[in-house]
Amino acid sequence: MTTNNKGFIQGLWDFFCSLKLAISLLIGLAVTSIIGTVIPQVPNIPEEYISSLSQTKLQIYDKIGFFDMYHSWWYILLLYLFTVNLVACSMKRLPRVWKIVTEPNLVLDEGLEKSLSLTRDLKLKGGLAALKDGFTGFLAKEFAAPVVTEKDGEVHLYAQKNPWCRLGVYVVHLSIVIIFIGAIIGSLFGYKGWVQITEGTSESKVLGRNNKPIDLGFAVKLEKFSVAFYETGAPKEFKSILTVVENGKPVPGYVNIPIVVNDPLSYKGITFYQSSYGPAGEGGTFYFTVREKKGGAPIKITARQGESVQLPGGRTMHVTESTQDVRQFIPQMSGPAARIEVHSPGKQPDSFIVFRNFPKLDEERGGDLVFSYDGSDEKFYTGLQVAKDPGVWIVWFGCTLMVVGIIMAFFMSHKRIWVRISSSGRVVVAGSASKNQPAFQGAFDELTGKMEKL
Amino acid sequence: MNAMLYFFTLGLYLAATITYLVYLVKPQPSLAKTSRWIIYGGFLIHALFTLGRYFEGGRTPITNLHESLSFFSLAIVGVFIVFERRYKVTILGSFVIPIALVLMSISMLFPMGIAPLNPALKSKWLVVHTVVAFLGYASFTVAFGAGIMYLIQERFLKQKKLGAMYQKLPSLDKLDDINYRCLTFGFPLLTLAIISGAIWAETAWGTYWSWDPKETWSLITWFVYAALLHGRLTTGWRGRKAAILAIAGFFVLLFTFLGVNLLLSGLHSYK
Repeated sequence: MTTNNKGFIQGLWDFFCSLKLAISLLIGLAVTSIIGTVIPQVPNIPEEYISSLSQTKLQIYDKIGFFDMYHSWWYILLLYLFTVNLVACSMKRLPRVWKIVTEPNLVLDEGLEKSLSLTRDLKLKGGLAALKDGFTGFLAKEFAAPVVTEKDGEVHLYAQKNPWCRLGVYVVHLSIVIIFIGAIIGSLFGYKGWVQITEGTSESKVLGRNNKPIDLGFAVKLEKFSVAFYETGAPKEFKSILTVVENGKPVPGYVNIPIVVNDPLSYKGITFYQSSYGPAGEGGTFYFTVREKKGGAPIKITARQGESVQLPGGRTMHVTESTQDVRQFIPQMSGPAARIEVHSPGKQPDSFIVFRNFPKLDEERGGDLVFSYDGSDEKFYTGLQVAKDPGVWIVWFGCTLMVVGIIMAFFMSHKRIWVRISSSGRVVVAGSASKNQPAFQGAFDELTGKMEKL
Repeated sequence: MNAMLYFFTLGLYLAATITYLVYLVKPQPSLAKTSRWIIYGGFLIHALFTLGRYFEGGRTPITNLHESLSFFSLAIVGVFIVFERRYKVTILGSFVIPIALVLMSISMLFPMGIAPLNPALKSKWLVVHTVVAFLGYASFTVAFGAGIMYLIQERFLKQKKLGAMYQKLPSLDKLDDINYRCLTFGFPLLTLAIISGAIWAETAWGTYWSWDPKETWSLITWFVYAALLHGRLTTGWRGRKAAILAIAGFFVLLFTFLGVNLLLSGLHSYK
């Protein structure tokens, strides 16, 4: 029974240590990850897509978790297997590599000499002591300071460069585990939300996943919102000026903070990102100047959103829509514009657009009244993405570690040189590099060439 | 001026493609030299064009499909020149330069004008993220070229057709070495591109990872090349299998770059 158990555990261990499993898992993750890029994922599933699926297909997809596949049990299981495999592989191989790094073979005996492909036999003059000093000084100057070992009347020198880079692979493996830990902490203790704030108002709750309200513990006030446009009418920059309000008071240092896309505001671990904007559709005030075509003094008119305003001659008007830049709708025009509807007694309502940048244009319409648009102080809302992620710093730490590990693993090489000096003047030099042996061979040839002249 | 440089580059790449392809059937040293000078010239003009766009637009000129295709092609030629000089394998150009020409030609299909920048792209991470990503892509493209050459050379060896082309193609070992070297550049660069992208996404969209199709496909590419790198640790995966995987990896990469932008929708669709 015990042997059986041992056999099972050993088998399990071997299974998780295998490189084959690692490769299969990498390929498996690559293939399954495709699903979520083809099938829409929550919360961005269009209605049309849902209705285009047959009932059975919909149920099957839902059951397997295809609509949220990166959080489905089987994908998470793959990631866990991947992590266990990574850790097991590292645990199995690390001790051997650790030994190479910390307990190098200081003596170039025959067995070691045979195992190395780069060796060179030199015949030099001078006594053992002189050669030892000469080679020690030479290696220290040209390569790295050697460790000197005397054994059986022979002198052995060992010098190395970058031994630690052999651990690079394990640093990368560790970094992946750390990134996973950070991601798990973020998903357990953090949230992602969304909030819409109208200019001049504040919000203390945001909407989380599934529109669940989350209390921030403080409030965020939108002081002002502004948007700038390119010539083409495409938005260039949108900016919210925010103030954090806690216990009814503005928080010092968090008053009138501008945020734009790529430059968020963080307070108490909660970060607010500029995401979208739009007209608040309430409380906006529009200004017009009206005069009668046949002459007379112009009248200033103030119209609030959704409100009907009296005009001369028993007419009324109201604003139906407005924009801060009309170019996106009418490319030949620019600047703010408003569409207004004028009701004259006994006539069809008249609907037309007036442009702030073109005050004379309305004369050409031929109406009894000539309007010009003086602008608005229309209110905007800002759409903010809200995120709390206490794991993010762990993820960044993991990423930094990964970069360090990758530099060690890919761009550094553990180079070693052994020298054995006999009293007869025979000197054997051997070398090896953990990476890019051909390049090291060049350096080795150059070094031994110089040694000949010692 | 800029348009002129662009078409001049295109012309030089076309000329280089022709000379490199002729070199494939008539491997003469003089032809190798001519091809080399044409491609050096093309690279220089292309770099000037890219710099010109940088100054004209006042930003990294890798913000839409036209610009990124052009930069991808520039990166391929640059990485090719490095490898060609290091390994002295002119014939690599016969397999890599046509790809640069094709990408450059596709870039013509997309509007060339310098469009105003989408607010999400206004970030100091734009330059790091895109340059690193395309240098990585370019390394993988050269690995793809070496992979194709490996399979051809292996076929020659199997069928014992040891003609002029066999003579000119590098040995299988050398090709496998080039393949591996490319991966050791491409993989770190791809990793850096993903990490810098995550940092950028965190500042722009509020989350370092959102399983956006582009992110996911870059991760898929990363998985594939990670599998290849680990496969190489076992002897059976070197040579033929590594060549095939490098070729497959290239197609995954092409989908990550072009397929995602053109076929899938998401946060990354800068067309």
